[in-house]
Formats: sequence, C-alpha cells, structure tokens
Amino acid sequence: MVMTFLARFRLATFVLALLAIAAAAPVFAQKVNPDGAPNPTASVTSQRELLQQVPRITGRIDIPDTKASVLIQPAGRTWDYFHQVLLRRGGAIVILGTVLLLAIGYLILGRLRISAGRSGQKVVRFKAFERFAHWLTAASFIILGLTGLNITFGKAALLPIVGPDTFAAISQVAKYVHNFTSFAFVAGLVLITVIFFKDNLLEKVDIDWLKQGGGFIKNRHAPAGRFNFGEKIVFWLSISAGIAVSASGFLLLFPFYGTDILGMQLAQMVHAVVAILFVALILAHIYIGTVGMEGAFEAMGTGEVDLNWAKEHHDQWIAKKLAGENGRGEPTATPAE
Amino acid sequence: MARMKFLCDADRCIDCNACVTACKNENEVPWGINRRRVVTINDGKPGERSVSMACMHCTDPPCASVCPVNCIFPTEDGVVLHNKDQCIGCGYCFYACPFGAPQYPQVGNFGSRGKMDKCTYCAGGGGPEAPGSAAEFAKYGSNRFGDGKLPLCAEMCSTKSLLAGDGDIIAQIYGERVRKRGYGSGAWGWTTAYHDDVEV
Repeated sequence: MVMTFLARFRLATFVLALLAIAAAAPVFAQKVNPDGAPNPTASVTSQRELLQQVPRITGRIDIPDTKASVLIQPAGRTWDYFHQVLLRRGGAIVILGTVLLLAIGYLILGRLRISAGRSGQKVVRFKAFERFAHWLTAASFIILGLTGLNITFGKAALLPIVGPDTFAAISQVAKYVHNFTSFAFVAGLVLITVIFFKDNLLEKVDIDWLKQGGGFIKNRHAPAGRFNFGEKIVFWLSISAGIAVSASGFLLLFPFYGTDILGMQLAQMVHAVVAILFVALILAHIYIGTVGMEGAFEAMGTGEVDLNWAKEHHDQWIAKKLAGENGRGEPTATPAE
Repeated sequence: MARMKFLCDADRCIDCNACVTACKNENEVPWGINRRRVVTINDGKPGERSVSMACMHCTDPPCASVCPVNCIFPTEDGVVLHNKDQCIGCGYCFYACPFGAPQYPQVGNFGSRGKMDKCTYCAGGGGPEAPGSAAEFAKYGSNRFGDGKLPLCAEMCSTKSLLAGDGDIIAQIYGERVRKRGYGSGAWGWTTAYHDDVEV
C-alpha cells in the first residue's frame, strides 16, 4: 500500500512537471502603483524573466502558420548541441566501436566451423517467402542506413572528397530515397514480425543455451530450437528499434502534424539515437551471418543448410523437423524442394 | 568591422505589421513565406508586448551548424546567408533556429519542403549569382545591403521599434531609451542569438 501510494505520488509529480513544461503560457508579473492600482505601462513583460519561467516564449500571430507563434525557443541551440556534438561523437564511437569489437572477435574466435564437417545433406531452413521478407527488410535497411548516416556524417566524410555541389546533389537524392524506402522497410518489418513471431518466443532451452556459452565455447554444445537465444535477442531488439525508427520517422515525414517544435526535435533525437544503435546491432548480425560462422549465410542465401550445421546450432529444431517428416513417411533430410 | 544585428524594442512596437509588408514587397517573397512576423505576448492582458521577429543573424548560427550540406554561413558582417542551389530541404535549420526564421515554399510532407528561404538582411543571397543581379533577386530578394542600405523592415518602422545596424550602435540607442523612459522589456532574443544582453 505504501509503495503504491509512493509510486502514484511520484507519477503525479512527474505528470505535473511534464504539464508545467508543456503549458508554455507566458506568466507575467503585474506591477502596481503605490495606491495599489495596476500600472500597465510599467508592467513590463521582460524576455529575460519570461525565459526563466518558460522554455519557449509563445504568443498570438496574425498568420495561419501556427508554428510561427513560437517567438523564441533557446532549445534550438540545445538541439544543435545534440546533433553536432553528442550525436556525431556518440554515433561515431558506437559504430566504429562495434566494427572494432567484431574485428577483435574475429581475430580471437576466427570463423566458427561446423565441428563435424559438412554432411553433404541439405535441409530447408527458410522458405522463399521468408527469405523475401528478410531481404526486403535487409536491402531497405542498408539503403536507409547509408542515406541516414549521410545526413549526420556526410559533411565530414563525403563532402571533402566530392566537393560541396556534388555532395548537395547526392544528399538531395539520398533524402528522397530515404523517405520513400522507409515504406519498403516497414512492410518488411511487418512481414518479419508476423512470420517469425512464434519461433522467437522465449523458452526454457534459452537458459541452457546461455549456460553453455551460446556456442562460442569449443566442446560445449549449446541447445536451441528454430532460433537460439542470440537470434531471439536480435529479433526482439530489431522489432523494438524498427517500431521506434518507423514511428519517429513518420513524424518527421509529416512535419508539424500533431507535433510542435519540441515534438519535431524529440522525434529527430529518437530517430537518430535508435538508428545508430540499430546499425550497430545489424553490423553484429551481418558479421555472425557471414564471415563469423561457417554454414550460416546459406540459410538466408539458398534457404538450405547443411544437416550437421543444423544439428550443431539448432538441435531441437532439426530433431522436431526430422521427426515430423518421418511421421509423414518422408525420407530423412529431404534434398532441396 | 561592423557586426549587423536586429533589435526589436517591444515597448514601442504597435503590431502594425508594416515591417512584414515591407519585407514581402521589397523581396517579392512567394505566398506563405513570412521572413518576418509579429508575435504578441500576453495578448489583451496588462503587460502585452508585440515583438517583430525574423532571422536574428546569430553568433555561431545553429542553423549553419546543423545543416547537413553546409549551405548556410555568416558573412564577415555577421549576416547569415545561404546557398539555395545546395539546400536539400531537410528542415533541420527550422528545428535548430531559436526564432522560427527558416521558411519553406511547400508544406513539406515526404520531405517536399523545397529550398529554404529566410531573411537575408536585405543582403541578397549566398549563392553564385552576381550581387545585385536579376538572378539573385529572383532567388533571394533584394540586395539593399550591397547599396549601403539597411533592411527595409527596420528602415520604415514608423515607431522606430525595430532597429537594424551595427550591434553596438543599436544597443546604445536602445539603452538610452530605457534609461530615459525608466523601463524596458529587454532586447528580445539577444541572449539567445548573440550570447550577450544589452546592459542598461
């Protein structure tokens, strides 16, 4: 009871604080004459006092453009600081740091081989439609990632090489490509969520997988179903990040629809921060799906994996699949359909 | 070297919008673009003040800082100009601007804002066009500054509320006014734009 009261109290204070920030109605101190009557001439609304009371000074305007009613918003400079200093430094550290960590990981672990060698027998892991959903999302992600990074890092990385006019032309095209590729990405994200949702629900075997070191320790077998715990983390983080970048991205696509200047700044901040982390996550995903592990890429490439790879990395899935096919009287480990 | 600034003495502004009209007429800006606007604080209440606001031509302009293609820059007179040929219409300058100065010819859905437009201090454009040329006028508006004249909005302000010119001189004029009449609502936007206030 005490806890709930405290929690409610905290929530109420937080909401009140938010409301106080949101309701940016200018407050003013009325000056009075010695006889107590208000003195309208001396009742000065000083901009210095106003800015101490509200983050954005707003007033009435004669034009229909409602966002023009914000007279002064010093937060613009704060957003500038976020965009030019925090985002650029943080983003560079996160992305280059991820590449560095993956390189170190590769130097230490090398390519994870199929320990029993290839069996030569193939099993279907991803059907054509599942691969289509993956590659639709993957291709649009790479386009969105490069064109998005260009907005933040292009003027430091690309502009000095190609010159200002060419860079402006590239960035103009990149902006439109970014805006319209977003729809392909959202479509892919929805497909992936629907197709792979069930197989990514957490199970008891995920704990065992963690205890066995996730397959990164030699001589210790990490059990898993269709997706192991690592893949499940990538799935859920990708879905969460995908929803966050899509929602904030659509706010940016339709500027000032239901948002004010604060909303637009926040949408851009969420979009940029989540996107940088998303790129780092996908870099790790690309690493383990290509150079990091033997036999992994063909799952999404041709859709078929080697039987020994499946036994090593997804033992419960392959056992269930083989049992199901045996039950239907089909031969073990069918060749390509 | 002069450092050009704007100063709106809100205790003199009568919300007549002549500065807005002068700007539109002098620069022949398209419909929907308001390089200058008048905002009324505490409308209808005691302490009501109107402030004429446009690009303040900031020190360390945040618009120039966030621009992904570096098309905005301050001149040696402190006037912030931009090159419309390079602008990609991303809208970031509006998010960074403390004064809502950047304008866009279209609504802007799907990134279709068009090239950013803003107050040029009646100093033409920051593109390759020759100063004072017809091409410059069509794209950026008037270049009074090149003829040694100040922005028309301030020049024709009937109450001399809106001041343009060298920062030190207009700050001095404003300071004298405040000392004489005994009150002042402050140099609106100066702390945010220039990192300093008018000491009175």
